[in-house]
Amino acid sequence: MNSISANEIKTIKLSIYRFDPLKDKKPFMQDFDIDVPADKDLMVLDVLMTAKEQDPSISFRRSCREGVCGSDGMNINGKNGLGCITPLSDVIKSNKLSLRPLPGLPVIKDLIVDMKQFVDQYKKIKPYLITDKKVDTREAIPQTIEEREKIDGLYECIMCGCCSTACPSFWWNPDKFLGPAALLQAYRFIADSRDTATEERLEQLEDAFSVFRCHGIMNCVSVCPKGLNPTKAIGEIKKMLVKRAL
Amino acid sequence: MAMNGKGVLLDANTLPVKEFDGIIVGGGGSGMMASLQLAKSGMNTAVVSKVFPTRSHTVSAQGGITCSIQSADPDDDWRWHMYDTVKGSDFIGDQDSIEYMCKEGPEAIFELENMGLPFSRTEEGKIYQRAFGGQSKDFGKGGQAERTCAAADRTGHALLHTLYQANVKAGTNFLSEWFAVDLVKNANNQVVGLIAFEIESGEPFFLKSKATVLATGGAGRIYQTTSNALINTGDGTGMALRAGFPVQDMEMWQFHPTGIHGHGTLVTEGCRGEGGYLVNKDGERFMERYAPNYKDLASRDVVARSMFTEILEGRGCGPEADHVFLKLDHLGPEIVHKRLPGVTELSKRFAHVDPAEHPIPVVPTCHYAMGGIPTNVHGQVLSQSTDGTDRVIDGLYAAGEAACVSVHGGNRLGGNSLLDLIVFGRSAGLHIEESFKGGIKMNDPSKDDINYALRNLNRVNVSQSGESFTEVKKELQKSMQMSFGVFRTEKLMEEGIKEISNLREKSQNIHLADKSSQFNTARVEALELLNLIEVAEATAISANERKESRGAHSRDDYPERDDENWLKHSIYFSDTKKVSKRDVNFRPKQVQAFQPIVRTY
Repeated sequence: MNSISANEIKTIKLSIYRFDPLKDKKPFMQDFDIDVPADKDLMVLDVLMTAKEQDPSISFRRSCREGVCGSDGMNINGKNGLGCITPLSDVIKSNKLSLRPLPGLPVIKDLIVDMKQFVDQYKKIKPYLITDKKVDTREAIPQTIEEREKIDGLYECIMCGCCSTACPSFWWNPDKFLGPAALLQAYRFIADSRDTATEERLEQLEDAFSVFRCHGIMNCVSVCPKGLNPTKAIGEIKKMLVKRAL
Repeated sequence: MAMNGKGVLLDANTLPVKEFDGIIVGGGGSGMMASLQLAKSGMNTAVVSKVFPTRSHTVSAQGGITCSIQSADPDDDWRWHMYDTVKGSDFIGDQDSIEYMCKEGPEAIFELENMGLPFSRTEEGKIYQRAFGGQSKDFGKGGQAERTCAAADRTGHALLHTLYQANVKAGTNFLSEWFAVDLVKNANNQVVGLIAFEIESGEPFFLKSKATVLATGGAGRIYQTTSNALINTGDGTGMALRAGFPVQDMEMWQFHPTGIHGHGTLVTEGCRGEGGYLVNKDGERFMERYAPNYKDLASRDVVARSMFTEILEGRGCGPEADHVFLKLDHLGPEIVHKRLPGVTELSKRFAHVDPAEHPIPVVPTCHYAMGGIPTNVHGQVLSQSTDGTDRVIDGLYAAGEAACVSVHGGNRLGGNSLLDLIVFGRSAGLHIEESFKGGIKMNDPSKDDINYALRNLNRVNVSQSGESFTEVKKELQKSMQMSFGVFRTEKLMEEGIKEISNLREKSQNIHLADKSSQFNTARVEALELLNLIEVAEATAISANERKESRGAHSRDDYPERDDENWLKHSIYFSDTKKVSKRDVNFRPKQVQAFQPIVRTY
């Protein structure tokens, strides 16, 4: 829906972070005038795609354009979010929209960051079911409705990276502090009644950095485009770790 | 050897080579099911995906995965599911494939659950199943069935992430954010790998492989209005066509009834499975007129046509009378918010309504390609010899939406696409594993063979002037929407074919202004356009050739199904632009074949 046809249009000032490491000595902000319909709200991604029609060299990731694939996490007027489900009217200030890459990760080009550190932390928490329950390939591992509800609010993570890159603890120690996204996943498996590796998982998390660098400032909660609460999950892990140490 | 702006031609002499036992193109459900199989077998494999795997379009599937696991109904039977699927396909689904899918399905579902897929649950602690369109008990005689296994309304997300996690565990090698350009064939017409480049560096490679799986998904982006992700550009289908291989039943595109008006994003059929229904501007539940028994849970083609008929006859809703309403508010906030949380979110976001309080404005949107690259149940790609017989293409496999095995025939039932992905992704993996044990011998390609596969990349890279690929794409989408939508007529289709032929000419002369190497998404989009053109032209020519109405293909000049002439697959080759017919399989192994009947719901 990047083509705009409307009777009334207004022009907004769009400012995009540009950086091509092979060409540019340093990053710069490039300004565009973008026509948007006056009577209809657009999503930030629509605006960005309109800019790309003006200048096809602008680079950003996008896929589902409905907030489930997690491709287009970016910093929108100072706050992390998904371009495709952030209405322009929610974020525009003084008719201006500034788009920058997610903070704290190396920039590959323009709005595209290198997600390697983020994915590496995710992989560290063993993001898969570990179970010694009898696995019969002809039936499901039993789980009650109540047990299943315990992972609501945890499994829905789309790995967009908005939370971890809004977290100062992750900026400082992206290799040692696992970050809210990975920790949310860690708790997703701890909380799953089918998983029997809680002890193994907790043991792996027990050091000064992996979990305890979270100081509960809740930036992750405020930016999560899926409305999830990594701080709460981290709190649960901390409680379990403390209990275990006593 | 990064691509550069000076227009240097890439050449087989200097092109770096990476060698694998198996390569899977696409990191969605079918690709990752195949890769999981291969990683477990210890083969040296790679998944080439233009996006990080969890960004693949499988993630968007909402309502569920249909399978007779006997959870909601202990008497459920995979044969009933088979019957529904055959009927849903309007009898051009291959019955050997449908039998295989319905029968093997339960094992695959339990395998996924055991991997960790967070299915919703029943009171007994079993997997929750909901009603979906076209589902019956007892071969259509026992009323509505509840056969679609669900993880709330985020089943695709849950499935894709579980598969990614299982692949992480198995140590699968992902070439993430790599773009596949074209297949490489040797002198014996065997596929020996492909040309691809790493998007981040722009560096191209010959990825040599003994088995290549095309698991590239759909191509809904040939239409203006679609539920499909922006990445769904039919890359594997385009590659197969350019390599001289055919596609099957490309005229069969499913328009999903409930796309959010003005955006195209879907709300799941599960909304109607949970008790929602459609109303016109008079508040009438109009599906009662079109499908007295199954009403809103008739097959998708039937519901989509009924909706458009309401709109065309002036009973549409809104100031333009161009949509209808999906009513859920009578279900109460408990059901709506708990069973359909994703729909609630999408509806608030894109239609600005809370479905627990107000109806959602919906209109049919292009959703799914029933057609694709023809394969057998092992995922092996088939071509057609001049005498009309099937011929297996050595080294090439296809699975998922890119493939046409064909379990969906003329119309796919809701919940059957995820089942197709996992069953046939796995069967392709199994077949490759077996073949590899037996030893695969293939001759190397010549330098000319490799250079031939580099031609499009070279053409785009050295282009100095020409057409804008974004403009050509827009014109293509407009033309497809106009001429090849839910209702089709010969005159419009012939105009459409001419327009697409002109656009193909233009696409031969597209200009990539930005020649930079680092994460050049413009290069990716230019190459995607070539795939869209291939898929669109195959659709257009096949649609005009099928002179009947069947499944999703509905034309006013041939309004009836014609079993005498068209109980057949259509087969289309890009080089000749000719359509031929192929027999539908009526030889299931364990049950009697289901013979065509008049299809009513």
